Amino acid sequence: MSETITVNGVSQPLPDDVRVSLLDFLRQHLGLTGTKKGCDHGQCGACTVLVDGFRINSCLTLAAMHADQEVTTIEGLGTPEDPSALQRAFVEHDAFQCGYCTPGQICSATALLEEIRSEWPSDASDDLAAPTLTDEEIRERMSGNLCRCGAYANILAAIRQVAEEDA
Amino acid sequence: MTAHLKQDGPVDRAHLDGMQQGLLGKAVPRIEGYAKVTGTATYAAEYDVADPAEGVLVTATITKGKVTYIDNDAALAMPGVLAVIADARMTTRPAQGTAGEAPEQEPQSVSYWGQPIAVVVAETFEEARNAAKHLVVAYEADADVDLDPAAAQPEPQDGQAVEMGDLTAAMDAATHSVDLTIETDGHASAAMEPHAAIADWDGDNLTVRASLQMLNYNIAELADALGVEEDNVRLISRYVGGGFGSKLGISEEVVAAALAARQLGRPVRVVMSRQQVFQCIMRRSETHQRLQLACDAEGRLTAFGHHARVSNLPGESFAEPVLQSSHFLYGAENRSLGMDLVRIHRMTAGSVRAPGEAVGMPALEMAMDELAEKAGIDPVAFRLRNIPGENPEEDLPFTSHTLADCLRQGAEAFGWDDGPRRPRMRREGDWWIGTGMASAARVHNVSEAKARVRLTAEGRAVVQTDMTDLGTGTYTILAQIAGEMLGLPIDRVTVELGDTNHPRGPGSGGSWGAASIGSAVYLACKALREEIARRANTGEAELGLKDGAVAGGRTLVDLLGGEALEEVGHYEPGDNQDAWTASGFGAFFAQVRVNHWTGEARVDRMLGAFGFGRVLNEKTARSQCLGGITWSIGAALTEALHFDPRDGHLANPDLAEYHVPVHRDVQDVEVLMLEERDPLASAIQAKGIGELGMCGGAGAIANAVYNACGARLRELPMTPDRILAALPE
Ligand code: FES
Ligand code: FES
Repeated sequence: MSETITVNGVSQPLPDDVRVSLLDFLRQHLGLTGTKKGCDHGQCGACTVLVDGFRINSCLTLAAMHADQEVTTIEGLGTPEDPSALQRAFVEHDAFQCGYCTPGQICSATALLEEIRSEWPSDASDDLAAPTLTDEEIRERMSGNLCRCGAYANILAAIRQVAEEDA
Repeated sequence: MTAHLKQDGPVDRAHLDGMQQGLLGKAVPRIEGYAKVTGTATYAAEYDVADPAEGVLVTATITKGKVTYIDNDAALAMPGVLAVIADARMTTRPAQGTAGEAPEQEPQSVSYWGQPIAVVVAETFEEARNAAKHLVVAYEADADVDLDPAAAQPEPQDGQAVEMGDLTAAMDAATHSVDLTIETDGHASAAMEPHAAIADWDGDNLTVRASLQMLNYNIAELADALGVEEDNVRLISRYVGGGFGSKLGISEEVVAAALAARQLGRPVRVVMSRQQVFQCIMRRSETHQRLQLACDAEGRLTAFGHHARVSNLPGESFAEPVLQSSHFLYGAENRSLGMDLVRIHRMTAGSVRAPGEAVGMPALEMAMDELAEKAGIDPVAFRLRNIPGENPEEDLPFTSHTLADCLRQGAEAFGWDDGPRRPRMRREGDWWIGTGMASAARVHNVSEAKARVRLTAEGRAVVQTDMTDLGTGTYTILAQIAGEMLGLPIDRVTVELGDTNHPRGPGSGGSWGAASIGSAVYLACKALREEIARRANTGEAELGLKDGAVAGGRTLVDLLGGEALEEVGHYEPGDNQDAWTASGFGAFFAQVRVNHWTGEARVDRMLGAFGFGRVLNEKTARSQCLGGITWSIGAALTEALHFDPRDGHLANPDLAEYHVPVHRDVQDVEVLMLEERDPLASAIQAKGIGELGMCGGAGAIANAVYNACGARLRELPMTPDRILAALPE
C-alpha cells in the first residue's frame, strides 16, 4: 500500500494498521503531539484538526480514511517564533490555563472564522441566511471544545479580537 | 547556600513593595504561553523516549472479591503482545494528597468495580488495547457488599466535632430558625489531560515522565510502591494538563508503567482511557448535610449546627472536609458541628478542587438565604451582621479578613438590589429571572518549600524547583518574583519546574503552591541581593536594581564579575499557621433564569469578589477565579456522578455523560480582586486562590433559582427534574 496523507504540507505514508485513528497517527506515528487526546470518543474537542479546511475530531476517524487529504494541525498554524493571529490573541487574553485543550480550541476557532465567512448558520444564529459573529454565536460554535480550567470568557475575548481585526 | 525562614510572625510588606522592577502583580502573559498555543509544550505521554512499548490497564468487572485466574497464554498469543503483568506491587487506588507512601497494592484483591487488576503491554497501542479488551479473567466475588451510603454504619470523625453551648435549646428559643437537609452528588475532577506515564530504567535508576501535582510527595509514594530508594527515582512533570486534585497522589498507571518497563527492559508508556480516569482516580464524595441555624430578631446568629455524612472505601483516611469553613465563617455562641464517614465500595473518594468547601459552603449559604428571608433581612446585610471578630471556636484572630469588603464591593459592582425580595418578581417570556448571592471562604495554608535561584555571569536568573504548574500560573509568577527582586525584565528569567532533580517544592494542591514556593524564591533572591549589596558597598534594603542596572551607576553583570551566584530559599510554616486563622474570603452574586415549562436553569451573569492577599499576577489570578466560577456553575446545575445501586459502578464515566460546563453554559462572568497584603499569610503576603472561586458559588446560584421561581432545592446539582419537583404551585 502506498497511500499517502498530507500533514502540514508534508506527504506521509498511511499506517499499515487500519485501526490507527487519525489522532494516534498524528501523535504516535508522526510525533505531532500538539494535537491532544482528552477522551478518544468525540466528547471533548481536544483532538480537533483541520481536514481540507474543515474541523473534525481526529479521534473519531481512522487515518486510513484520509488518503490524499490535507490535514492541518496546531503545529501547521504557527510556531512560537511565528504564531498565527489566534495563537497570539490566546496568549494575550490568557485564554488557557493548563493548555491541554488549547490546540483544539485554536484549530476550532480557526475553522469557526471560516464558517462565518461562508455564512454557515448555527443554533445561535438569528438570521439563518446570514449569521453574524455575536458572542452567543462564538459560544455555541465553541461548545464542542471543553475547557475544564474554565477559560471560556478569555477564549471568547481572544476570538472576538481576531474576528474584529479580520473584519 | 541556603536562606531559611520559618514564619512565626508577620513578614513586612515594605521590603517586596520597595523593589523597583515593577513586574510583580502585573498582568504579564504566561511565559510558557507560546509553547502551549503552538502545541510544543510537552505533556506526560508526549516525551520522545526511544521505542516505548505500550501498556493498557485492565480493570475489574466485579465490586469486591478476588481475581482467581488470568489467561496470560491467550493474551500472549495475540499479535504484538509482550507481557501481561499483575505484579503484587501494582497499586489499585491513587495515593491521597500528601500521603508520601504507597496506596493500596495487590491487584488480585478487588475492592471496587473498575479497579486496575493488570496491565497488558504490546508493541503498539492498538495491539495492547485489543489484548486488554479480550483478556479472560475469572473472579471469586463476595456477596453482600456495602454500596449505599445511607445504609452503611457511620464512623464519627472526632477531630471535626465541636459542641459549644446548647444548640437544641438555642434553636427552640430563637425568633427565627431553619433546619434543613441538603444532599450533593459526587463530582469528578475531569482534568483534560488523562493520567499518563512513560517509565524508563537505566540500570537501577528509574525515570518516569508523568502527570502529577506533587512530585515532592509522589517520589516517596512511587519508591515505596516499588520497594526502591528515592535516590534511584526521578519524576518529570513539566506540563500538567490540569489536576484539580486528581493528580495529587501517585496514580495506578505510574506504578504499572514502572513495573512493566523493569520486566521488559525497555521503556513503557501507560495512558489511562478517559473512562479509566473517571473510574479509578478520585471522586468527590456525595454528601448528606443537615444545617440548623437560628437568629434573634435583629438577625444575629444564635445557633449554628452543621452535620455531614460522606463516604469512602475501607482503608482510606480521607473524609471530604465539608465543615472546613463552617468552623469560622459565622459567629454564634451555640454550636454543634460533626462529621460521619461511611465505608462503601464505590471508587476511591479524595480531593477534587476545593475539597470540603465546594459542597459544604453552598449548603451553608442556601441555609443562610432561607434564614435571612425568614428574618426579613437582605441577604447581604444578614451576612455582614454575622462576621465574627475572631475565630468563634478557637479564640484565634484572623490574619486578615476581607469578607465585609467583598460583600459590599461585590454587591455594588453587581448592582445588587437590596429592596424587598420575593420569588417570581420578574418574568420574561417563558423564563423567570432572579438573583442570589453567597459568601466565599477557603482556608489558607502554606507548606514547606525549597527553590534554587542562580544568577548567571551574564545576568540572567534561573529558578529551579520540582514544583509543578497545572495551569495555575506558577511558571510566570515565579519569574515575576525573581525578576522583581533581582531587577531583571521577565525575558531574562528562566523557570524550570517539574523535575525531582531540583529542590523540593510544596507541590500544587490545597491552594498553597504559589504562596509557599513564591516565598522560597523570595528568600533565595533576598540572599542573592545581600551578596550583590555587599559588592556594591551598600545594604540589601538600600540596593536598587532595575533592568540589570544597579543604582549608583554600575551594572549587575559588572558586579558579578564573570561569576555565577546561587542560593536555595527554604520556607517553612511556623506559628503563623497555629496562632492565627488564615482564610481567603469572597462573595458571589448570580443572576439566573429558570424556564417556566421545563425547569431548566441558566446562569446569565455571575460576579465573584475575592480577597486573597497580594495579587501576584493580575491575569493568571483572574483566570483562576474565572475557572472557579465556571466550576461553581457546573456544581450548581449539571455535575453529578451516578453509581449503579446494584454493583456500585460509576454509570457515567465519561465527558458525554458527566456534564462539565461547556462554553455556552458560561455567559457573563466578572471577577473583582480586592488587593491586600496579608503579612501573616506567607513571606510574600499572598494567599491561595486556586479553590476560593468555587467555595460557595453554587449556593449563590441556588439562591438565585429560588428568587427566580420559588423552588427551594434540597439537592445539588439543580437539574430540571429536581427544579420542577421543587416548584410551588
Ligand atoms: S479526544 Fe477527540 S474529542 Fe476528545
Ligand atoms: S486550559 Fe486547561 S482545559 Fe482548557
